[in-house]
Formats: sequence, C-alpha cells, structure tokens
Amino acid sequence: MIKKFDKKDEESGSGSNPFQHLEKSAVLQEARIFNETPINPRRCLHILTKIIYLLNQGEHFGTTEATEAFFAMTRLFQSNDQTLRRMCYLTIKEMANISEDVIIVTSSLTKDMTGKEDVYRGPAIRALCRITDTTMLQAIERYMKQAIVDKVPSVSSSALVSSLHMVKMSYDVVKRWVNEAQEAASSDNIMVQYHALGLLYHLRKNDRLAVTKMLNKFTKSGLKSPFAYCMLIRIASKLLDETEGGHDSPLFDFIESCLRNKNEMVVYEAASAIVHMPNCTARELAPAVSVLQLFCSSPKAALRYAAVRTLNKVAMKHPSAVTACNLDLENLITDSNRSIATLAITTLLKTGSESSVDRLMKQISSFVSEISDEFKVVVVQAISALCQKYPRKHSVMMNFLSNMLRDDGGFEYKRAIVDCIISIIEENPESKETGLAHLCEFIEDCEHTVLATKILHLLGKEGPRTPQPSKYIRFIFNRVVLESEAVRAAAVSALAKFGAQNDDLLPSVLVLMQRCMMDSDDEVRDRATFYMNVLQQKQKALNAAYIFNGLSVSIPGLEKSLHQYTLEPSEKPFDMKTVPLATTPITEQKTEIAPVATSKLPEKLAPSRQDIYQEQLASIPEFQGLGPLFKSSEPVQLTEAETEYVVRCVKHTFARHMVFQFDCTNTLNDQLLQKVVVQMEPSEAYEVIHYIPAPSLPYSQPGSCYTLVRLPDDDPTAVSCTFSCTMKYLVRDCDPNTGEPDDDGYDDEYVLEDLEVTVADHIQKVLKPNFGAAWEEVGDEFEKEETFALASVRTLDEAVGNIISFLGMQPCERSDKVPENKNSHVLFLAGVFRGSHDVLVRARLALADGVTMQVTVRSSEETVVDVILASVG
Amino acid sequence: MFPTEPSLYTVKAVLILDNDGDRLYAKYYDDTYPTVKEQKAFEKNIFNKTHRTDSEIALLEGLTVVYKSNIDLFFYVIGSSHENELMLMAVLNCLFDSLSQMLRKNVERRALLENMEGLFLAVDEIVDGGVILESDPQQVVHRVALRGDDVPLTEQTVTQVLQSAKEQIKWSLLR
Repeated sequence: MIKKFDKKDEESGSGSNPFQHLEKSAVLQEARIFNETPINPRRCLHILTKIIYLLNQGEHFGTTEATEAFFAMTRLFQSNDQTLRRMCYLTIKEMANISEDVIIVTSSLTKDMTGKEDVYRGPAIRALCRITDTTMLQAIERYMKQAIVDKVPSVSSSALVSSLHMVKMSYDVVKRWVNEAQEAASSDNIMVQYHALGLLYHLRKNDRLAVTKMLNKFTKSGLKSPFAYCMLIRIASKLLDETEGGHDSPLFDFIESCLRNKNEMVVYEAASAIVHMPNCTARELAPAVSVLQLFCSSPKAALRYAAVRTLNKVAMKHPSAVTACNLDLENLITDSNRSIATLAITTLLKTGSESSVDRLMKQISSFVSEISDEFKVVVVQAISALCQKYPRKHSVMMNFLSNMLRDDGGFEYKRAIVDCIISIIEENPESKETGLAHLCEFIEDCEHTVLATKILHLLGKEGPRTPQPSKYIRFIFNRVVLESEAVRAAAVSALAKFGAQNDDLLPSVLVLMQRCMMDSDDEVRDRATFYMNVLQQKQKALNAAYIFNGLSVSIPGLEKSLHQYTLEPSEKPFDMKTVPLATTPITEQKTEIAPVATSKLPEKLAPSRQDIYQEQLASIPEFQGLGPLFKSSEPVQLTEAETEYVVRCVKHTFARHMVFQFDCTNTLNDQLLQKVVVQMEPSEAYEVIHYIPAPSLPYSQPGSCYTLVRLPDDDPTAVSCTFSCTMKYLVRDCDPNTGEPDDDGYDDEYVLEDLEVTVADHIQKVLKPNFGAAWEEVGDEFEKEETFALASVRTLDEAVGNIISFLGMQPCERSDKVPENKNSHVLFLAGVFRGSHDVLVRARLALADGVTMQVTVRSSEETVVDVILASVG
Repeated sequence: MFPTEPSLYTVKAVLILDNDGDRLYAKYYDDTYPTVKEQKAFEKNIFNKTHRTDSEIALLEGLTVVYKSNIDLFFYVIGSSHENELMLMAVLNCLFDSLSQMLRKNVERRALLENMEGLFLAVDEIVDGGVILESDPQQVVHRVALRGDDVPLTEQTVTQVLQSAKEQIKWSLLR
C-alpha cells in the first residue's frame, strides 16, 4: 500500500512524504534506539510517529513484534520531553489491543495522572482507562473520583469520558462515582458539563424516576453548554416518547423553549426533536417549522441541509405545515449542494400543488445524474408519494421513471424505481400497460436477478389479463434464452400463467414449455415439466391450484414437517394439511420503500411470529399431540396499562384445541409471584383441560402461563365464546432493593378483563393472487348467499374495514381499497378455516342510507359456510 | 422504535485524504467498517462523491458526511444519519482550525506530513472513542502544546541536512 502511494507521489511530484518507503520491519528495527542512553527525544519521537502512521494506514502488526516495540517504548517514560511523552500515550492506546501485557505501564500512567504536569494528566487518564480492566479499575478508583472533580477542565473531561467508556465493562464500579459526576455537572466549563451529563444519563437510564429528576434539575437550573442542551433535548424527547406524555407536559415546554436558544445547534436539535415526535399536531409543529424556515436561508450549507432534510420529514406527514416555506424551498432548488437541491425539490413535490409538478420534475431531470444513489432513492420516494396524491399525473411520472430506469444506478435505486412503477400500476389500472411495457424493456438489460424475477412474477400475474397478452410472451421467452437459472425459472412460471389463462395462447406456450424442458438447469426443467403436465390437462381447477395460487404454507413450517417426516418413515404419504399456514402473505402487500438511511446489515429472512410461537409451544410437553399450530392472534391486553400486574393474552388455535398464552409482568418491586395461573370460566361448551403455571414472576421480568382448552366437538358452529379470567398466584413479599423474598407467602388473586374468542380466531388469512380462479376451484357445491343491512355504517370504506377485521380473512385483488365516489363495491376475501377447509367470501356492498351487503360464501365444507353466515348475521 | 438512544457517541470516523483520494489519516470509532478493506472502499466512495464539489455535507451509505477541502487535503467527519449535522460540523471546524493554527495557516499535504505527530495529538484531543472531547481550537492547540519545530541546526543529523538540501534542489528544478 505504502509503496503504491509513494510511486504516485513521485510521478505527480506533489511534494515529499517523509514517510516514503516506510517498511514495517525497518521501522521496528529503528525502534531499537529506544534502548540507547541517553534518550534522543527527537529521533524517538520520529520513530513513534512512524509506528502510529503505519498502524493508521492499516498495516498489520503481529503480537510478538508489537509487544517487543511496546516494551521498548516503555523506556521512553524516562525522558521528560512533553511531546514524546504524549506520543507514548497514543502508542499505548493504539497498541492496547495488539500487544501483550500492556498493563505494565499502569504505574507510570498512574504517576502521570496524579502528577503536577496538567498537560500529562488528561491524556494519561485516557490511556490508562484504555488498558484497565474491572479489577484494576478498583485499584485506581480513588484517583478517578478525584480526577472527575478536578478543577482543570481537561482532566475532568478526560476522567468523565473514560468513565463513560468503562460503563460497558464495569458498570458496578463506575456507578459509585455518581456523586462526583453530579458535582462535575455544575462545572463552569461547557465540555465538562456535557460529559458529566452524558455519564449521569448512562448510569441512570434504566431508572426512569432518576432520569426525570435529573431532567427537572437541569432544565430549571439551565446549562451553558450547547452540547449538553442537545443531550438534554434528546433525553427529554425519549422520556416523552416512553411515557407517552402529552404535549402539555413540562418536558415538551422545555424542548419548545430551546427553539429560542441562541445557539443554532440547540435550536436545530429542538426542532428536529419536535418533528420526530409521533402525533404532533400542525399547531405544535408550527414553531419548529418556522425556525427551520429561517435556517433555509443560512449561508452555512450544513445548516441548510439539516433544515431542508427535516422539513422533508415533516412534509411526509403534514404537508400543509410546510406550505409556508415553499418560497424558501424554491430558492434552494438551485443550491450548489445537490443534496440540498434534491431535498428541496422532493419536499416541494410533497407540499406543492398539482400545477407545479411538471415544472419541478423538469428541474430534477436536469441534475438527477449528478446526485448520489441515496438521494435518487429520495427522489423516487417523492414521486411515489406524488402518484398517490395526484393519480392524474401518472403519465408524467411514468415517463420520468422510465428515463431514470435507463440511467446507471445501484441496486437500491433500481429497486426503488421498480417498486414505484409497480405501485403506480396497482393504483391506476389505466397505467398498467405503459408500466408493464417499461418494465419489459428494463428486464431486457437488467443485471439484478432479484428485480428480474420480481418483474417476471408481476408479468405473469398481470400480463394475461391485459387486452393483448401475446406481446409479453416475447419478452418473457427472451429471458429463458439469455439469463441465469433463477431468472429462467421465474420466466417459465410466468409463461405457464399465460398458458393457463389464455386458451388461444396455450398451444404456443406448450411449444415454448417443451423447449424449456431441455434446459441445462434442474429447477428450470422441473418447473417446465410440471407446468407442461398441468397445462395439458386443461382443467380450470388444476390450473387454479397449481399455477395461479401457489402454496400458502409457512416455509420454515414446511421444512420442519418434511424433516420430521423423513425421520419417522411411514407408509402414509406426506400430508400438506399438517403444515402450518403462512401468517402474512408475502406478495401483494403494499411495498414499503425503505427509508433513506437503510441499515447496512443484510436483511435476514426472519422466522415469522407464528413460527416462533410454534417452536415455543412445541417445547411444552402438555401441548404435544395438538397438531400444527393453526393461528396465533395478536396480543390482547387484559389489564389497564398502569396496573400492578400487566397481562396480555395471545390466542393460539389448533385443529381441536385452543391454547391461551398469558404474558404476565409484575410491576411491583416488593413482590415475587409464584405458581401463577389464569383461571378461565367459559360461557359456552368449551372445556378447560389443563393449566400450566408460570413458576415464578420476579419484578419486571415477564413470564408466561398457559391454559389449554378443548373446542366443543359436537357443535362445530360454536365458534365464539367469552371467558372470564382470574389470575391466581402465591405472593412472597420481598426487599425492593435486593429482591430477597420472605420465606412465607400467601395466596391471592387478581381479576382480569374478559377474553373473547371470535370467528376470526378460527380463520387464517390466505392470499389468493387470482381470486376468480380460486372461486371456480372451490366450486358452488356448498355455496350460500344472504343479504344483510348494515344500518350503523355510513361509508363503504368503513364497511369494508369492519368486515375484514370481523372475519379475519385476507382481502384479495386489492378489493380492500374502495375507489372514490363509488356507490357499490365488491370485496373478495379468502381464508382457511380451522381443519384446513378453504373458505372464500364475496361481499357485494351497496351504499344507500346505510350499507346493504350481499354475502356469498363458498367452502369445501358445509358447516364452515354456515358458521360464517351465522356469525355475520 | 425511538430513532436515537441519547448518547455522547457522536462521531463514527475522522478522515483526512489527499487529492488522489489516498488515506493520510483515518480513525474509525465504531464497527461500521470493521476491516481495512471495507474502510478503504468507503474512503474511495466518499472521495469520488465529494472531491469535485465544494458542498460541505452529503449523505453517503446511510451516513452523514461533513467535509471541507483545502489545497490538496480533504477533511471528513462522519456520523450517523440521525446525528445533529451541526455537531459534526463543530468537530470538523475544530479539527481544521486547530491544524490551521498549528501549521501556521499552511494547511496542505506537505506541511501536514511533516507534522503528523501534531495531527495525531490534535485528533486525540478533539474526539475520544467517538465522544466529542473538545470543540474549541484554542484549547486543542494549547493542550497539544507542540513545541516549536525550529530545531537548531546542530541537532539535525548530516543525513537530514542532506535530505532537506536535496529536497530544495529538486523543488527549485521543478519550478
């Protein structure tokens, strides 16, 4: 690395580098002069600088060579040269993790830290804490306490910051220095004040009461340091967030008062804190917005950037609050900092009127190629939001997006564009064809497999239903010829959908399939063979089950079941119905575009909530033999928020049983609860079989107890039931400080709110991407129809929302969105009833003085149809 | 989730690059870029995105970057995108002003390389493990307390004298 660096240097002749030709081994060789007497400070200093320079360049030092150099360096403590000594401290810090036995310098550093030379003391403390562990920290505790309250600011600051670093490792030791930190917080020096506040907060952050007290004290007494003010604002807004404190709280007043601070840093921090608060009203935002507006015309780029970035955030939720700044934002469009200009335009796109859209879009296109990918994503997000606001503008947007799609850009950027186009297609049926055409063009030359497969999937879904499906076939088949395995396989699946939907295309699709069956990749061949055989049957039901609507089971669940099956060989074929269903349908959900600051961690495929529950329940012996977990409900609160015990219940439904999981938290620090059960009294023929107590419930550590209930076999229509619940337990009083419980305890009970089991608990949501096909597949054998009048409902939206939440079924074909200004609507719902019976609901809604609803239910099982109609009635 | 846990850990990295984008100084305070390879890649990206524009602030790889260039040096301070941009700016200004004083306004590559120990000590006084330790350049310069570098000729070794003579000849030729 160094060599390359030097070569370039000589060529360009841009000046000499005294670190030319630095070789690690040569430098370490030179370090031998550390042992010479008398010490030559100047030469030694130069060598130490070289060593640190090498470390800084990322040069790797082996343990032995580092230790050797380190030990030689310790001798330099004999010299009294100030700079040399300071460089020794730096070397110690840099080598703390590389060299062995660094603790041998402890005594030298302790001496410097308590010595007379103020220039040494601060850095010595920092170096010492870098090499100290918990046991040694106790040995220097006395000095640290003195240093924290030292009158020299650099010493005090160094001690406070070092203590902060030590908190992670030795919380218990540092905790004892609270009084000293408290004293330091009232120092006149602004940095000392800031560091003391930071340390105090880190020591107390788990004790909400102490944090509140601290805030009260400092907000009243006032601080000098702008840094400390920023810290206070952050602590206050976090506390507000946690306690869900209203905006009439004194903490909010404090943050608002900081908007009038004379330091810009503090004003901005306060404005940003207010903007980031959830549920802020436009009136509460107004003062924050007006200071940000002032910042927009600041000569400092960083301040303009900060202001417009924050205004952009406001505009996402409260576009009207930002309208007042439109003029200032217009001025920033031509800002030389492209980031600022982009943010200004995207903010204006959110707040401006429909008429300004064309002009702004033109402005962006003039410099979109100059900005970084992060900001291109911001632009795409703004466009996406705009399309939702002004559906009529979609042709302008679509044009712009397709141009962006052709430009260079990274994966994140392209993905944002593709997602945006897809969402436009979904929102505006009339833009479907242009959108699909742009996407087709894009996959012709797309290096991102993920995007290509995603688009192919979309083409398969939407293409067959367009007026001219045949024109997409060419684009899809081109992929089969030219692309990697994953894309080829996706293309085959898409082709199959065309064949299944369009009879006139079927012969050509079959020919293409035949060719795909000779592919070099297994997966592609398998898919082609499979689809070929299904398509040749020419049966609607088969097409629906195997081509349009794929598997709806949970993938980790399937994996586990198959593994189990291979472990216990049996004569019986594997039954798909034993596999738990997927909880959240993966596709067709509204694509949420990730925020600008995407975390760098790769997204892991997290197991779904239900898979986690399945795992937990399977580990309890009493629950074995219940079969696969069918559905887990959202947690239901059975207590008020601020009570002694907080209990919430998750309802787990199995084929013939239900398990109620009670997550209990004990919020009393002077009690230990033991043998906690929740006793349940059902109103219907439900039978409680088993209680599994939570053995012990110490203060603030949540624990779970379970109740197992058998569903009534004889009456399958009894789907709803109310349980009255009482928590029973043994109380042992304990010392709030140590948590040490008394020997004796007494029984007690606590009445919880009633728990309802409704029809939704028996139905799992399942997405049918092609509802029509599924409707035909189930057939009308058990079809029933009934008409209801929903008198209390005023709008179609409300009716749709009510039906979905009542039945707990998945809306399909985006029928949960009611187009504006319509008097009638059809809602399609799909689900699976407990016991693996598909159930589909079609609800025709008409608005007239209340909502009239005609419900048609189809299922593979008659009782299910009855249950649904009975419960709706 | 709350966007940022209140914390003193403000700075993720301090960088100084030359006008080829090569690292002169780099200090990373957390594990955002754990390996030298990732660090260099990040530095390359940062340099490519910033060296042509003189615009002080940017958002890169999800991080806020404030920067400043002078002659043939590029100074960067990097923090989380949730961080108060003005705090990062305060660090950058403090670093630049301290160096400017220490180098007697000669903030350029050659002068900096001749005073690397001063740079090391100054950054050490400004940021400690990601915490802003001092933001006042006067204080920083005072604490670094670098003694004057006008070393009497007698203390220079013969090779050093030769070296500097060579340098001067080379420079006069180049001009």
